[in-house]
Amino acid sequence: MSTLNLLASISIAYVALLFAVAFFAERAAQSGRVRWLRAPIVYTLSLSIYCTAWTFYGAVGSAARNGFEYLTIYLGPSLVMLGWWWILRKLVRIGRNQRITSIADLISSRYGKSNLLGIGVTILAVIGTTPYIALQLQSVTLSVEVFSDTAPIEDPGSSLTALWVAAGLAIFTVIFGTRNLDANERHHGVVMAIAVEAVVKLTALVALGVFVVWGLSGGVVETLARIDASELGTWQVNNGRWAGVMLLSAAAFLCLPRMFQVLVVENDNDAQLRMAAWAFPLYLMAMSLFVVPIAVTGLDLLPEGSNPDLFVLTLPLSQGKEGLALLAFLGGFSSATSMVIVAAIALSTMVSNHIVMPVWLRLREGTASVSGDVRNVVLLSRRLSIAGVLLLGYLYYALSGGRTELAAIGLIAFTGVAQVLPALMGGIFWRGATRVGALAGLTAGFSIWLYTLYLPSFGPGTVLPASWFSTGPLDITLLRPEALFGVSFDDKLLHAVFWSLLLNTLAFVAGSLFSAASPLERLQGAQFVSARAAGAGARSWLQSTAESEDLMVMTQRILGPNEAQALFLREAQAQGVQGELPAPTPEFLQVLERELAGSVGAATAHAMVGQITGGAMVSVEDLMAVADETAQMMEYSARLEAQSLELSRTAAQLRRANDKLTRLSVQKDAFLSQISHELRTPMSSIRAFSEILRDTQGLTRADQNRYASIIHDEAMRLTRLLDDLLDLSVLENGQVNLNLTEGRLEDILDRAVSAALADEAGSGIRVIRRRVGEQVRLTTDVERLSQVFINLISNARKYCDAEAPELQIMVTDARGQLLVDFIDNGSGVAPEAQDVIFEKFARVSDQKAGGAGLGLAISRQIVTRLGGEISYLADRGGAAFRVILPMRQEIAAQ
Amino acid sequence: MGGQVLLIEDEPNIIEAIRFILSRDGWQVHTHSNGTDAAQIVRDRAPDVVILDVMLPGRSGYDILRELREDPAHSELPVLMLTARGQSKDREMAERAGASRFMTKPFSNAEVLDAVRALSAQ
Repeated sequence: MSTLNLLASISIAYVALLFAVAFFAERAAQSGRVRWLRAPIVYTLSLSIYCTAWTFYGAVGSAARNGFEYLTIYLGPSLVMLGWWWILRKLVRIGRNQRITSIADLISSRYGKSNLLGIGVTILAVIGTTPYIALQLQSVTLSVEVFSDTAPIEDPGSSLTALWVAAGLAIFTVIFGTRNLDANERHHGVVMAIAVEAVVKLTALVALGVFVVWGLSGGVVETLARIDASELGTWQVNNGRWAGVMLLSAAAFLCLPRMFQVLVVENDNDAQLRMAAWAFPLYLMAMSLFVVPIAVTGLDLLPEGSNPDLFVLTLPLSQGKEGLALLAFLGGFSSATSMVIVAAIALSTMVSNHIVMPVWLRLREGTASVSGDVRNVVLLSRRLSIAGVLLLGYLYYALSGGRTELAAIGLIAFTGVAQVLPALMGGIFWRGATRVGALAGLTAGFSIWLYTLYLPSFGPGTVLPASWFSTGPLDITLLRPEALFGVSFDDKLLHAVFWSLLLNTLAFVAGSLFSAASPLERLQGAQFVSARAAGAGARSWLQSTAESEDLMVMTQRILGPNEAQALFLREAQAQGVQGELPAPTPEFLQVLERELAGSVGAATAHAMVGQITGGAMVSVEDLMAVADETAQMMEYSARLEAQSLELSRTAAQLRRANDKLTRLSVQKDAFLSQISHELRTPMSSIRAFSEILRDTQGLTRADQNRYASIIHDEAMRLTRLLDDLLDLSVLENGQVNLNLTEGRLEDILDRAVSAALADEAGSGIRVIRRRVGEQVRLTTDVERLSQVFINLISNARKYCDAEAPELQIMVTDARGQLLVDFIDNGSGVAPEAQDVIFEKFARVSDQKAGGAGLGLAISRQIVTRLGGEISYLADRGGAAFRVILPMRQEIAAQ
Repeated sequence: MGGQVLLIEDEPNIIEAIRFILSRDGWQVHTHSNGTDAAQIVRDRAPDVVILDVMLPGRSGYDILRELREDPAHSELPVLMLTARGQSKDREMAERAGASRFMTKPFSNAEVLDAVRALSAQ
């Protein structure tokens, strides 16, 4: 018994070490020193919980029984890590974005936060994991027995070892697994302890392997010869079984609750995953390297009938290497305990979030904001769940222990959890996957697994009647558990894997195709499927009457006062509210819900916020509006829209350019045509009358004078026209030199009035001025400004059609600008002509005025050069022009 | 000769020149300066020859001529078109509108007289 005592003290010391590691890791995390805790190597090592006692002890057993088949168990995950790295990355990102707490939470969250699915996956996980936990307890018990001198205990129920181990693990898990509630804070202590255990079990197995190869066999060559000589050397590969088990282990790697826990929930960043992608397969390779040598040497050296599952211990013991055996024991112990701890954490999270909390909430409907401390309830429920899971494992072991070889139990469990795979993969890659489909698939797969693998594993006649196996239930041979539909595989496992996954997938796809997704499902589906970066969460709380205080009270209970206050403060600041609680906007509720989801799961968080927000669940119309158009479709159509917008913009630009060119060309033609007309008309008169004077005899003196003066006038008209054209051309080309001098407006107007009315000989228009307003000094080109005024005054003289024509000139000072208005009392310019009068040759009335129609065009050019503007004022009685001049003369650059 | 000429033109000096030239040759010259009612004046006066300017206030000479040509009574009426726009497309437009003769300003007095004589002789 001294060996047992030694074993017990070593185990206790080892567990104490793990406690210390976990404790200091937690302390480090609390004080913010998390860098090394988040190191990719720690993450990679924590993944090694994949290698349980089953692989530690069982791989050798499996190799001894089935040859190299044990490799498939390692190959599956390696393939996932190397080849499906992007699937893992997607899963990890979804997990981070959606604050996923477990695989049940992921499935529930994806399919519209369905708690039914959450419960289903949880039950599946518990049923699938319990035998596995029992397996670990069994392995520890068996390994202890190896060291004892007594014969193997026939009735496992009487062994206290398993009970003590279970209790110890429960305590460890409760302490380090439920320290904090938020999944985001992660279990640094646990992960670090697991990483240490990973090193221990690898060291143990490699040390043993080195001892076997170089110590016992005498080198690599001799070992290979020994393998060749054994049965393993002649062993054949069964392709179907290899593929099946590889698929199974790959699926399990993704779906096992404990793997999901370390892979997704404990993941902190993509860098961890990048390293794990190559480092974890290496770890697995190292773990599997010495399995065959140990198995072969064990078969050779140990007596016939020794349990090959225990070669790892019995081999060094038989060689008197107690120290090595102890190390191997610690390796196996590490494998078992790390698996149990993480599995218990994962399962307890699921049980607590999907079963205990919903039930508790249902019992206290409507009182979430006023009754007891939810935080404590959640923690208590988790702790009880951990104890419950371990108790379940122990009971399973106690009731069935010692029955089956280790590897078989492992594969049965694998097949069970693999049933989640179709819903998981469909959930993250297929938008069309629905809740109904997921339920149908899980139910189908789970039932077939129960019927064809799990229940038969207890042996014929224990759960299922023995007659069912030979003739089928009710003598229906098609329904025999191990040969469904008359199809009999050589292999019970392969049979179950084939039918369960096939019917599972079929039911999932069919269910999804023939059912409609609810709005919330579509929304979640879109987010999961298109989750690349941190996408927006489900916009669920569109209209709410939530009271911020109630939310605060509830959040404090779940997250603890400090975290809750920090969160609310952060949100209040984000909303721009100072010193108050944030308003319960949909965005805030969404953030809150997600934070709470980290503690109690998405479905529960949704339900709790729902209770406080007056049960204002999602309004269907609101959601339809948001969800109907899926994110991808909207993105796609937005891209298309942008493209066609771009195209039509370009087309419009081209059209405008073309229009402008056409207009310019038309204008040029019209201008040339106008000039031709304006020049030829006076020339016609000149030519006609000069011919008359030349050719006609007997003209009276008076006629001669008259015709000569017509020729003279028309020649002058031509000259004026050419002057104007040149003037305009110079002005338009900006070649004009302004001669800036200072002058008084009154003087300029005086000069313009007398010039415009000079040849009128007293008759005609009366000019009314108010000289008070004209006492303004201007720095301007006095000559040019006079030219404008003269043009306006002579226009009034020529065109004003009143009985007693009058022209008012009014000067107004308006905020740094000088307004000079010329308003006559005639009928004014016709409305349709008002916008063309400033164009060239835009002569409005008929020919009597005798101008070429360039005056206003020239005036506008001049005023623009002087930094002002000229416009026609409509509805002022008569024709009304306004010249606006800057008071401070800031002439535009020439 | 003693034929009747209707001159539709808006430039006073040109009216005076043409009236002088034709009157001395024995023609009776009526004038009209507005495009709008020019076609009606032609119908009322029923002249032997029409001298028609293109650029008229109210309505273009082409439009007036087209209206006249649509009326069978005036489809053969001799019309001399005057234009101050000398481009070839103006000549084409005049021909299409149905002008009997086309002349560009500034014109030669003798040519105008010859044209009127020739047109009235047709």
